[in-house]
Amino acid sequence: MAEPVQAEISMEELALNSEPSEQHSSLPAQPRQDDNWGETTTAVTGTSEHSLSQEDIVRISKDLDDSVGLDCKRYLNVALSVILGLVVFLTPLAFLILPHLLWPDRLRACGTACEGLYISVAFKLLILLLAVWALFFRPPRAGLPRIFVFRALLATLVLLFVLSYWLFYGVRILDSQDEDYQGIVQYAVSLVDALLFIHYLAIVLLELRQLQPFFSLCVTRSTDGATQHYNLGQLSIQRAAVVILENYYKDFPVHNPAMLTASKSRAAKHLAGLKVYNVDGPGGNNAAAGIAQSQSRAMIAAAARRRDSSHNDLYYEEAEHERRVRKRKARLVVAVEEAFTHIRRMQEEEKKKAPGDVMDPREAAQAIFPSMARALQKYLRTTRQQHLHSMESIQQHLAFCITNNMTPKAFLESYLTTGPTLQYGKDRWLARQWTLISEASVTSGLKDGTIFLLKCIDFSLVVTTKKIPYIKLDEEFIDPKSHKFVLRLQSETSV
Amino acid sequence: MSFIPGHPVTAVVQRIEIHKLRDGDNLILGFSIGGGIDQDPGQNPFSEDKTDKGIYVTRVSKGGPAEVAGLRMGDKIMQVNGWDMTMVTHDQARKKLTKKNEDVVRLLVTRKSLETVVRQSMMQH
Repeated sequence: MAEPVQAEISMEELALNSEPSEQHSSLPAQPRQDDNWGETTTAVTGTSEHSLSQEDIVRISKDLDDSVGLDCKRYLNVALSVILGLVVFLTPLAFLILPHLLWPDRLRACGTACEGLYISVAFKLLILLLAVWALFFRPPRAGLPRIFVFRALLATLVLLFVLSYWLFYGVRILDSQDEDYQGIVQYAVSLVDALLFIHYLAIVLLELRQLQPFFSLCVTRSTDGATQHYNLGQLSIQRAAVVILENYYKDFPVHNPAMLTASKSRAAKHLAGLKVYNVDGPGGNNAAAGIAQSQSRAMIAAAARRRDSSHNDLYYEEAEHERRVRKRKARLVVAVEEAFTHIRRMQEEEKKKAPGDVMDPREAAQAIFPSMARALQKYLRTTRQQHLHSMESIQQHLAFCITNNMTPKAFLESYLTTGPTLQYGKDRWLARQWTLISEASVTSGLKDGTIFLLKCIDFSLVVTTKKIPYIKLDEEFIDPKSHKFVLRLQSETSV
Repeated sequence: MSFIPGHPVTAVVQRIEIHKLRDGDNLILGFSIGGGIDQDPGQNPFSEDKTDKGIYVTRVSKGGPAEVAGLRMGDKIMQVNGWDMTMVTHDQARKKLTKKNEDVVRLLVTRKSLETVVRQSMMQH
């Protein structure tokens, strides 16, 4: 608790010093400058006992998100769609049953054709039920910031449609108590047919329209520049963002903040070499400010031309690092190969061996792990991956490889190359809360030149859109008999 | 030496008379030929016009009858004993040169230096 307390004390001292000087000075309106400011000023240091690392902050915010539960929007959606579904499903049945309940004696008996229509209604309703279950009753992939326009439109259409049918039914059939039951059954059949067609419209709008690729999206991560390209169809910006994020977890190498420290330290060194002070005071007339600006620009240009040796340092540092990594990698490969030779799968005839010798995969992994642990740890530290793999996860992976008869090279593959985020444990998926930043409305469709950002806590993904050009294809016919060849002769005869 | 299809070919030629040397059972002339209408004209290093399919002298053996008579490497053979050599196949050219019953072949050859010499002498007058 040393530093913060000291800081507080020094702040108080500053206040005390200024008060008596104001009281005692007879000079008008001149606050005395404190000459001890070098010793009493507070300074912000990098570490203190109450510091939090970036990971702690992220973990706290993640816990907050999980506990609050913004699921009310999701539950509302589910409730509305279930109600709509029930209404739609029960309407034809109601159309058929109501005449029997309200005026059973006046109804004309249902003939053969009419009973055939019963079967048709039943099966069409069953197909509609299965189709709606297949298309709509899937767990939602993502929570979008605005409503899904097409779904809302379809729900409105269905509602209007069913309401208009009820209106017609109520006015023409219930009020007048029509006796033609076959006509009523046919009316119910037409309702179910129309619902099936609306379902077809839903499939085309929601699923089929965006399958044909129309735009090519270029996604770049802001911290290290990793880039991927995706071909998407005509989607709204929020739906395109969901597709991109789903692919992000499998295509982009995992975000490793330890790799960025080198460039940050270089940037800090550049900043340290260049300082521009404005000594004309804060107010300053415009001329002075203009001069200061041009002076600072001149200084920046001079700094750029100055021969500093940071490029030299970078080159040799990178060469040295590469050499070190390769050396560690060689040691690691040898250690792992040797470790794998110590165990082998038990054969059938060896079942008679004493039970103390027989191990299950987990024990086998624990048995051979110590011989390679040091080499692996050193390699991970050199490539700055040590925070991605815990000892527990390494042993688990080793047991997995032993069980599935993998070679040492297959075991090492996940440590030698950085894989996509999916490959690491669930606790590595630090950001599931993404923010979509866009100048255009997020429910508007993608256009050529649309740019939007997907921000999470550590970094952001910059997405630019380009339209796939119209491809004009021509044909040219080549007769298979036209493939004929001659020798190129070049002979020389002596006479 | 340029060749325009349909027009007669004009060239400055030198008359060369080679006496064949008897070497055992063969009569040799002491040079090698390349080219012909059945050959690939693009690979001819001596021709100016790479579509020229004429017969060219590719090698002249040292001290042989051809060198003695004044034949040089890179010459284009226009006639052999009156037979035309500008539109013949390689084999036909070989046959015309190696007739067993002839001891002497009289060639008409052309080369670039001949034309320049003639032009220079004409300019001097």
